[in-house]
Formats: sequence, C-alpha cells, structure tokens
Amino acid sequence: MIIRYFAWIRERLNRDQQELALPESVQTVADALDHLRATDEDFAAILPPETVFRVALDDELVELDTPLGNAKELSIFPPMTGG
Amino acid sequence: MTVTVNLQQEMFDAGALVNQFTRDLPEAGAVATFTGLVRSTPDKPIRALILEHHPTMAQKQIERFAQEATDRFDLLAIEVVHRFGEMQVGEPIVQVMAASHHRQSAFDGANYVMDWLKTDAPFWKKEVGPDGSYWVDARETDETAKEKWTK
Repeated sequence: MIIRYFAWIRERLNRDQQELALPESVQTVADALDHLRATDEDFAAILPPETVFRVALDDELVELDTPLGNAKELSIFPPMTGG
Repeated sequence: MTVTVNLQQEMFDAGALVNQFTRDLPEAGAVATFTGLVRSTPDKPIRALILEHHPTMAQKQIERFAQEATDRFDLLAIEVVHRFGEMQVGEPIVQVMAASHHRQSAFDGANYVMDWLKTDAPFWKKEVGPDGSYWVDARETDETAKEKWTK
C-alpha cells in the first residue's frame, strides 16, 4: 500500500509518500496507523494517537475504523484549510 | 446542468471568469459568485500564501459538492476554480459561480459548495509572514458552517 502525507505531517516526516507491505492482521485504517507507530519511530513521535488528523482511502475521506479493503492508497493529512 | 471544476496554479481574472460563465446561459436569471482572496491584516501581516493540495482527491471532492449543489438547488450551471501553489496578497484563491433561474438557489448553491469545500476538500494553507512561514489551523466555525446543510 502507498501511504501519502500532506502539509505539516509531510514536512515533519520529511517524506511525501512511502510504500508499505502490511501484514494480514492489519484490517482497518486504525490498524495501519498502529502498525506504522510500532515499526517507525518518527511516525510514532509525529503522529501519536491524540493527534488531530484525517485520513482518506483512494481519494475518499474515511474514518479510523474503515476497513482498508482493496484500497491502493492511504493518505494522512491535517484538517483541511482550503477556500 | 453543467458542473465544471478547475484546479490551477495560474492567477485568474475574477470578472472575466464570471463573464465567460454567464455567456451561454440564456435561461439564467441569477448568478451568485464568491471569490476568496489572499488576505493580510495589520495584526497578522503575511507576504504570501502557499496552498498545498491532494490533486485527484480535491478534484473529486469539489466535483461532488458542486453536483450535490446542482441537484439540491436546481442550478443551471456551476463552476469552481481553485488555485494551488504560491500566491500574493490580494490575489484570488478560489471562485465559485452558481447560475439559476432565481436568486435564492444561486446564493444557496455557491454557499453550499464553499461551506463543504472549506472543511472537506484537501487543501492546506501555509502563510509566509515576516517571522517565517506557518501552517494555518483549521477553524471550528468552518466545521459548524456546513452543519446547516444537514438539517
């Protein structure tokens, strides 16, 4: 799965995307985030569970308990400030 | 019923866009236009604004809001132009134009799209000020503004 990062999250992680092979046990967005926290110190430090951020699967806004299904891309970003 | 969404880096001419938009709408009795600008105020001066976006998702989300507005308010046409990249104070960031037979649905259509766009279209503002640059925090009032449409 491709994980994409935007705005201050992208800047602080110092990367805009990464490819990640997720284990079978990872079923939902929250599972994927926990997996990243467990395997990536920078991610754990920058995006602890209490951080306010939003997620999208293949261009659709989703919730943390949404199943990953066959999605190819998980995007992680701060609350939006366009317009 | 035409829905047009353009995401672009280039500057646009707000007035020229409206004139172009209304050119082929003989049935339209009303056009409501909203233009969002890069603002610098004395208590919070900025030199420039940088807008980051998620291109494919932004396109889809705005098209969705524009289509919803068209269906809900019976619009004749709607067009949204949203810029990304760096822009200067006073320049336009976004423009929404909604055309309908009568004024209320044009106002409502443009308002609806802007309210949803503020919180659910993937754009992030970074302000470049005299003491460096910083990401703009999301506003709680933007979150509550869209709730009126779900009542």
